[in-house]
Amino acid sequence: MTGLWTNGAIAARGAVVGLALSAGAALAAPPDPANPPDPLGSVMWEALRDQYFAGAPVQFDDRVKVRAPLDAEDTRAVPIAVDATALDQVVEVAAIADLNPFPLVLRYHPMGAAPYIATRIKIQQATAVHGAARTADGVWHVSGVMVDAAGGGCSAPPLSYATKDWADHVGEVQARVWRTDEGKAARLRLRIRHPNDTGLVPGIPAYFVESLSVRARLDGGVSGPELARIDSLEPVSEDPVFLLDLRPPPGTTALILRGRDNQGGEISATVPLPALIPAPDLSRSVGQ
Amino acid sequence: MIRPLLRRLALAASLAAVSTVALSTVAVAAGPLSYDLTPTRVGPDTYVFVGSTEHFTRANGGNILNAGFIVTSDGVIVIQTGPSRRYGEEMRAAIRRVTDKPIRKVFISNLHPDYFLGAQAFADVPIAALPGTIAGIQEEGHGIADNMYRLVGDWMRGTEVVIPTEPVFGSTVVFGDHRLRLIPLNGHTAADLALLDETTGILFTGGVVFCDRTPTTPHADVAAWLKELDALDALDDVRLVVPNHGHIRPDKACVGQTRDWLIWLDGTLRAAVEAGLDMTDALELPIPDRFAGLDVLRAEYRRSVAHLWPKIERESLPRVH
Repeated sequence: MTGLWTNGAIAARGAVVGLALSAGAALAAPPDPANPPDPLGSVMWEALRDQYFAGAPVQFDDRVKVRAPLDAEDTRAVPIAVDATALDQVVEVAAIADLNPFPLVLRYHPMGAAPYIATRIKIQQATAVHGAARTADGVWHVSGVMVDAAGGGCSAPPLSYATKDWADHVGEVQARVWRTDEGKAARLRLRIRHPNDTGLVPGIPAYFVESLSVRARLDGGVSGPELARIDSLEPVSEDPVFLLDLRPPPGTTALILRGRDNQGGEISATVPLPALIPAPDLSRSVGQ
Repeated sequence: MIRPLLRRLALAASLAAVSTVALSTVAVAAGPLSYDLTPTRVGPDTYVFVGSTEHFTRANGGNILNAGFIVTSDGVIVIQTGPSRRYGEEMRAAIRRVTDKPIRKVFISNLHPDYFLGAQAFADVPIAALPGTIAGIQEEGHGIADNMYRLVGDWMRGTEVVIPTEPVFGSTVVFGDHRLRLIPLNGHTAADLALLDETTGILFTGGVVFCDRTPTTPHADVAAWLKELDALDALDDVRLVVPNHGHIRPDKACVGQTRDWLIWLDGTLRAAVEAGLDMTDALELPIPDRFAGLDVLRAEYRRSVAHLWPKIERESLPRVH
C-alpha cells in the first residue's frame, strides 16, 4: 500500500507544480518550443538543463528509458538504469537526480558499448530522476521518473567508516562479465570498495570515485580500444556498482579497468572474458 | 451554533462544562483519529487486536500488527504496543474495558515500528524485550520513528521512542495461572521474541511468521530466518498461531507459507544476480501465482529487492585484481 500513498503524493505534487506552471505561463511568454517544460514538472529542471546541457537542443523522448523504484527503500542505494538503446548514434548518457545537493550523478561515454548504464545512487529527498542521451547530432533526448524518498541519503555518513579496516580495502574491485548476444556483447558488472563520500558530513572531505575507463585487451596482451568511460560523481552510492553492456572487438581476451578517485587514489583491475555460456532464461520465474 | 451554547453554559457558571464542550468541538473540527481498537477473544484469557494486512498508510495509521494481551490471575501481559502513542493509549483503554486487573508486563518482539512505538502508554510498567531488540531500538529507534511520521502523518502525534526497560532471555516465566515460554529467535531481525503460552497453547510468533501477508525483510537474514521457522514447526502443543501480520489460524500453515516465500524470494534474487540481471529489472520479475493471495505482494517484493540484492551481489561477485 506504500504504492498507493506514493502515487497520491506524486499526484498531489504534480498538481501543485501544474498550478505554479500555469500561473507562470499566464505572466510569461508563450511556451518556447526549443525548451519544452519537463513532463514531470520538476522545479529544478530549467536550471539543471542550462547547467548541464549548456545551450544544446533538448527534447523529451520516451525512447530513453529511466528505470527506478517508485519509492526509495534505501536512500543510500537506490537502483537506477538509463537505457537509450532505442536511439541510434548515442555518444553520451547522463543521469540527474534533480533535488539532490549534487544533481548530476554521472556522465557515460559508450564508445564501444550500448548506451545503457545501471548503478545505485544516494537520494536526499523525493525527486525526479532524469536520464539523458546525446545523439551525434548534438540533441539531448531526455526522460525521467519520480522517486519518492524518506530523505537523508546524501548527508548520511558512509557505513564503511564504522568498520576499522575500511581504508585497507579502498579501491578493491569485484567484477564479472556475462557474454551476451552470441558473444558479440559483454555485460560487465563491477563493484568498487569506496566510501564515495559526498563531503556533506561536517569534517569529512568529499572522497569519491571520479573516473572509470574500460578498455579491451586483445590476443597477445595487446591493448585494444577504449570501450566506455564513466565520469562518476558524488551521488553514486557507497561501494559503487555499475552495469554496462560492452561491445568488445573480436579477439578480446579481457577487460582492463582503470580509474581514479578525487584524492588521486588509483583503481585498477583486469576482468577476464569468460567462454560463451548461454544465459539462463529469466522470463520465466524461478521455482515456478 | 457553538457560541450561544457556550454562552448558556457559561451563564450556568460551569467552567468545567465549558472546557469539555470546547475541547470536543475542536476535536470534531480536526477530524478525530481513532484506531477503533476492539479486542478479539482468541482463546482462554487471550485477546488480539487484529491489524490490517496492508502497508503503513495514512488511512490505517500504521495499524497493521496483531498486538495482543493475556489476562492472567496476576495481571495483564501485553504483547506488542502498536505503531504510535495513540495506538498504545487506545490499546490500554480497550484492555481496561475487558478487565480492571493491572498491567503486569509488556513484551516487545522486535525493533520494527509497529511493535514498540506505542510503548509510551505503558511507561509505568516493565517493558521487556530481547537484548538485541533493546540495542536495535537504541540505535535505530529515532530513525524508524521519523519514517513513521512520514508514512502515516498525524497518527504519530506525540509519539516518542521509549527504550524497553527489561532485557529478557529464553526462559519460561509464570504469571498467575499462565506459563509463558519466551523463545528468542532471529532472522526477521537480529532479535525476534516469540511467546508460547503453555497454558493455552497459543503462540505469538513475534516477527517471524506472516499469514496471507507478504513478509517484510528490512533487517532480514534469510538463512537464519528459515532455521527459526523450522524451530517453530517443531514446537509441540501449539493450538493457535497468532502471526505478527495476517490471519490467526489453528495450525502452522503460515509457518510453511512464510518459508515458501522466503525460499522463493532468496532463490529468485540469487538466480537473477547470477544471470547478470540489473537490479531495476529484478523489481519487475514475475511472482508465481501461488503467492497471489499474499497482501501487498509486489510492493513488499520490491522492498525486499532493495534489502537483499546488494548483499547477494557483494557475496557473489568475484574479486578481480
